[in-house]
Amino acid sequence: MSQDRVNDFVIKLANVNGTGSASANSLLMRSIFRMGVPVSGKNFFPSNIQGLPTWYEIRVNEKGRLARSGNVDVMVAMNAQTYLQDLHEVTPGGVLLYDSTWPRDKLLSRPDVTILGVPLARMCNEHFANARTRVLMKNMAYVGALTALLDIEREVVEELVRETFARKPAAIDANLQALDLGFRYAREHFDCPLPTRVERRNLTAGKIMIDGNTATALGCVYAGATVGAWYPITPSTSVMDAFKSFCERFRVDPETGERRYCVIQAEDELAAIGIVLGATWNGARAFTPTSGPGLSLMQEFLGFAYFTELPAVVIDVQRVGPSTGMPTRTQQADILAAAYASHGDTRHVLLFPADPRECFELTVTAFDLADRLQTPVIVMSDLDLGMNDWMCDELTWDDGYRPDRGKVLGAEELEQAKSFFRYLDVDGDGIPYRTYPGVHPKGSYFVRGSGHNKYGLYTENARDYQELVDRLLEKWRTAARLVPAPVVRTHPEADGLGIVAVGSSDPAVVEAIERLAEEGIHVDYCRIRAFPFGEEVERFLETHERVLVVEQNRDAQLKSLLTLETRCPKERLEPVLSYGGLPIDCNGIVDAVKRVRLAGVAA
Amino acid sequence: MTSIAKPKILHKGLRRNGLGLTMRDYEGGMSTLCAGCGHDSVTAAIVQAFFELDIPPHRAAKVSGIGCSSKTPAYFLGASHGFNAVHGRMPSIATGASAANRELYIIGVSGDGDSLSIGLGQFAHAVRRNLNMLYIIENNGVYGLTKGQFSASADIGAKAKKGEENRQPPIDPVQMALALGGTFVARSFSGDKEQLVPLIKAGLLHKGFALIDVLSPCVTFNDHEASTKSYAYTRTHRSTAVEADFVPARAAIQTSYAEGEIVDVELHDGSRVRLRKVSKDYDPGNRGAALDYIRSRHRAGEIVTGLLYIDESEPHFHVMNGTTQTPLASLSYESLCPGSAALEALQRRFR
Repeated sequence: MSQDRVNDFVIKLANVNGTGSASANSLLMRSIFRMGVPVSGKNFFPSNIQGLPTWYEIRVNEKGRLARSGNVDVMVAMNAQTYLQDLHEVTPGGVLLYDSTWPRDKLLSRPDVTILGVPLARMCNEHFANARTRVLMKNMAYVGALTALLDIEREVVEELVRETFARKPAAIDANLQALDLGFRYAREHFDCPLPTRVERRNLTAGKIMIDGNTATALGCVYAGATVGAWYPITPSTSVMDAFKSFCERFRVDPETGERRYCVIQAEDELAAIGIVLGATWNGARAFTPTSGPGLSLMQEFLGFAYFTELPAVVIDVQRVGPSTGMPTRTQQADILAAAYASHGDTRHVLLFPADPRECFELTVTAFDLADRLQTPVIVMSDLDLGMNDWMCDELTWDDGYRPDRGKVLGAEELEQAKSFFRYLDVDGDGIPYRTYPGVHPKGSYFVRGSGHNKYGLYTENARDYQELVDRLLEKWRTAARLVPAPVVRTHPEADGLGIVAVGSSDPAVVEAIERLAEEGIHVDYCRIRAFPFGEEVERFLETHERVLVVEQNRDAQLKSLLTLETRCPKERLEPVLSYGGLPIDCNGIVDAVKRVRLAGVAA
Repeated sequence: MTSIAKPKILHKGLRRNGLGLTMRDYEGGMSTLCAGCGHDSVTAAIVQAFFELDIPPHRAAKVSGIGCSSKTPAYFLGASHGFNAVHGRMPSIATGASAANRELYIIGVSGDGDSLSIGLGQFAHAVRRNLNMLYIIENNGVYGLTKGQFSASADIGAKAKKGEENRQPPIDPVQMALALGGTFVARSFSGDKEQLVPLIKAGLLHKGFALIDVLSPCVTFNDHEASTKSYAYTRTHRSTAVEADFVPARAAIQTSYAEGEIVDVELHDGSRVRLRKVSKDYDPGNRGAALDYIRSRHRAGEIVTGLLYIDESEPHFHVMNGTTQTPLASLSYESLCPGSAALEALQRRFR
């Protein structure tokens, strides 16, 4: 190894799940973040509790490029089961660190990779008495070795250890000792630091490291949601875990212990969405976090909610499908299923957050839109965004915010009203007025999934039914004006070439654009944030001759939706797909742009 | 659900309740069920119970699923909010409604198809949650709207109209509710309003899940000779274990019953259910014994009716969840949002 790689490399840690590596790996990542260097962590974990291979990838990049890179510069090979695969993955010139308690020199040899052995198990066995502690401390020992090798400031790591285990003083001591074991071994046996190393910068001020699910849960709290219903499903479970813990902190009366929220673990997702609708019918803000299989089970009620015009917020943390698919891997493959969820003529508002800060903000927006439009709004997150720690701007809150509860008639308004009809389009925007049960005798109406006319009465009359569903289409047009606009980034030399993407593909797209720019190739970028798409998306598509649609699924679902729901001819759209279950990297996008340009020149 | 508006005719001598309302104010649209349908009698009993309890109609919420029985909320309490949900999923709607507004009187009407087949899971979990609602199953052993298929409550040996015999054991909602920890479990017959009205009243005031399984014959598809859910069969095979009278909170206690034969159970608003034990050895406070009794009578070909089990001491849904007394939907936004300073502070752990 020769080349200096300061603040631009990838560490991959290969572990066995259930051995406590996750907290050590996260600590390593946060130490680098605290040194002011942008970093991201991606967890590739099995659908299992103990014994299967798991990997954690930390990308250090002072330019803030935090998508998965596809390279591995430093491999920490702690899992004998995957040694060969892990060795194979190291980028030429890289380093592999392994537990040399059991020497594997023959097995672990590659001329273009530096192999470093640290007797982690032996050191921990000699130093710690308890069997479980020995296993756990191996993790902190390799963090110690990496601290020395990568020139991470030891005080920063130690400070994090103290913060992490603040409530368990015994754990602080053990972890600090393990850290020291690894650190000293590396200093004594290797030429520290390596050319691949971290140098303090000031690039993370005003930033936080947070996962999207936690930020989403905060969005639910800040939007004033009081009813949360759910059925446990990876990768959305931590949304409700976080919501619960924030509510325990902020919504429990200190004197009486009474809770200003109600979390209901339902018997299945059919019940979870039913509970949400029962709650919103009565005027509470309610939500359900789920993932693909759960979204499938909610289909009937989602169409019902669209047709009876009840608000609902669904958080879909997408994972690989179909069926159980690979439940711990990421995809954006529910786009079509969500957009047209249910039978009959239905369309649903979708929001696409691209980082945890947007998870927070767009979740609040989702509640406002659901109330304003009286319809389900589905927040399309995914496993990569939801469960991994992302660096993003700090969350901020405007204390002047008040929820938009939409067109609701209260007791006084009903008292004064001559009459009330639930589905009458009074204002010409396709949105009727609604009432809550128990408020006023004049507000009563019947929620029915069967044919109903504009007065809320049962009908089997063709014209009445058609009038109602046509009005829902009018409301859909209103929705297109109300949803968040796309984020468009243009370059004067872009030459008619554009990229469209949603959600967690954003860092990979941005990195591709930056790398292409370094080669003198310029591309415009439209990051869609909502469906219905709205005029700005139409304009972007109209003003670009070729548009690459980047997404994480096999069937180019976003491209299909654009073809169906915009004026853009489908020949203009070129899919760029990533669907193996790992978060998208920029390489495929860079290649696709070059390919399309070459084809353009040839034509 | 089809309904035809009912002309409102007010006679001068019409009885008025404590709110000054007449029985007419508690009626709904005209029923479009078959003439003679048991469900219409249940509807009439519901109207009477709400009227006599002086419940303001707009404070009641009617919920149902899909099927003939689930149509009936259109025929009572026309001034109440109603929710005709998807098939078998009414309990989840009721759960959300109760979570958002704990002050509502929630009445769910379902059928044996809606509750015991497609909705068995939701029914069971509503019982477990001890959701504060009255849940009426209008049980007739068949699917009416799809024209006469057996439902899960059909007895072994019962025959369909076209002669087909049911071989699968029935699911009894009463036994299920008892096994699942139900706190108010009753069975009645649509043809016995005397028994049904007090049960509905007590069920509405019970804090927790009140189940009334009402045998409600289907005159079109299941009222023939070989049916065990017909009017004739129910009348001849019915035995009553416990009769319940409803005593409003303000009424004086009468002690004209012989000692040992009556039990008063106080409901949370101070009113009482007065249980008259028709069968001497029956104890409506003993879950296990109740189950045994119902099973042994069933083996003997009898359908046991009455308020079969009641327990006012178990925590209901909101007690278990520790929810605040104010309905969640009425809380001010200010009491829900932690604000910018809290957001700033909590982000320290993400740095």
